[in-house]
Amino acid sequence: MIKTDAVIIGAGPVGLFAVFELGILGLNAHVVDNLDKAGGQCIELYPDKPIYDIPALPICTGESLTKNLLEQIKPFKTTFHLNQRVDSITKKDKHWIVETSDKTVFETPNIIIAGGVGSFEPRKPPIKGIERFEQHNLFYSVKNKKNFDNQKVCIFGGGDSALDWVIELSKTAKKIFLVHRRDEFRAAQHTVNQMMKLKDEAKIELYTNYQPKNFAGEAKIEKVIIENNKKEIKELEVDSVLAFFGLKMELGPIVNWGLNLDNKTIIVNTENFETNEKGIFAVGDICTYPGKLKLILCGFHEAALAAQECFKRAKPDEKYIFRFTTSSSDIHKRLGIK
Amino acid sequence: MPKVTYIEFNGTEHIVEVDKGLSIMEGAVQNNIQGIDADCGGSCACATCHVYVDDDWIDKLPEQSDAEKDMLDFAFETKASSRLSCQIFVDENLNGVVVSLPEKQG
Repeated sequence: MIKTDAVIIGAGPVGLFAVFELGILGLNAHVVDNLDKAGGQCIELYPDKPIYDIPALPICTGESLTKNLLEQIKPFKTTFHLNQRVDSITKKDKHWIVETSDKTVFETPNIIIAGGVGSFEPRKPPIKGIERFEQHNLFYSVKNKKNFDNQKVCIFGGGDSALDWVIELSKTAKKIFLVHRRDEFRAAQHTVNQMMKLKDEAKIELYTNYQPKNFAGEAKIEKVIIENNKKEIKELEVDSVLAFFGLKMELGPIVNWGLNLDNKTIIVNTENFETNEKGIFAVGDICTYPGKLKLILCGFHEAALAAQECFKRAKPDEKYIFRFTTSSSDIHKRLGIK
Repeated sequence: MPKVTYIEFNGTEHIVEVDKGLSIMEGAVQNNIQGIDADCGGSCACATCHVYVDDDWIDKLPEQSDAEKDMLDFAFETKASSRLSCQIFVDENLNGVVVSLPEKQG
């Protein structure tokens, strides 16, 4: 069990800035995110797109904003718990017990939910009842490539993930089928060229303009049925299926935590952005209140105010004194400034 | 003001007026039409504003950008008539356009 002043759910820009606001008050935080890296939507959805409304930054990108925020919180040596999702929270006196999908457990007086539109989860093929295959031979990522040795593998998708694994697994698998809904591929051009070479050498079978229609089999997928634009159908015998249809965002377990919700967002007050539960705060795109704007800059403000209340809950015996970063020697010490 | 018809997956029809210059996605969000999530807020980055455009209207729409084609790879159950509604902006030429919503957005 990890004891900490605050658990922050979501490593997007607002979650990262919450680390800073807590840090200058002398509070430590642990950050949990379901992606494999910090940055949230800024990194996953639009790393290269320009953002023009961050105060005092005439232009930045999702990627550069994330990089700068990580630089800003460096002095606090924050621990990130990535590739996992907070599954449950339970009350213990005035504290909360937080448990993740990887069974990491925290005890904390403060939870700051900075979850954006929800956690990123793999998109699944549009076929009913495929959940039953997920424990067996339907995967949305490769955990251990040896599992595909000598197998007939069907890979869906046209991006870098799909093509990189086509190329990699073609070395050890018995057969690779690549299925994509159109002739063009999103993947990097040199990766596409490599894949095409494998196809020309008959090392893989490529089906473009085809989409998944059905997966046949009882416990395991035995046959993949695909259909093209002209309604022609092909059946592929497979040992396993890898589907790379990108990620989508889902609110997930948050809906079960007893928080007051309004259409996929969490209702908070505007004094300290606390929810209807003491010690649970929501900031950034996931919170709502009269006049709420889904802007990163609004999330920064919300995180700053939530942090003040977190301090009172984490250090009930200490007197809270508001200080500026320009002049406070305590803050300078925390930031490692000599 | 141009009119846009949104047909939900269950068949419910909504005919609403959408200001010129707004996207079909924004028209749906402003009028509380369920079935278009628009998670990324219209930056062609999430494929959760996927719609099927009525056959009579497909050719009247501006061509798809590469970015839209790329994002459509992620949409749930795409067809030849699939578009991302955040990339279609309403003007007089689109007065009366009809779009149907998919079963879900991902």
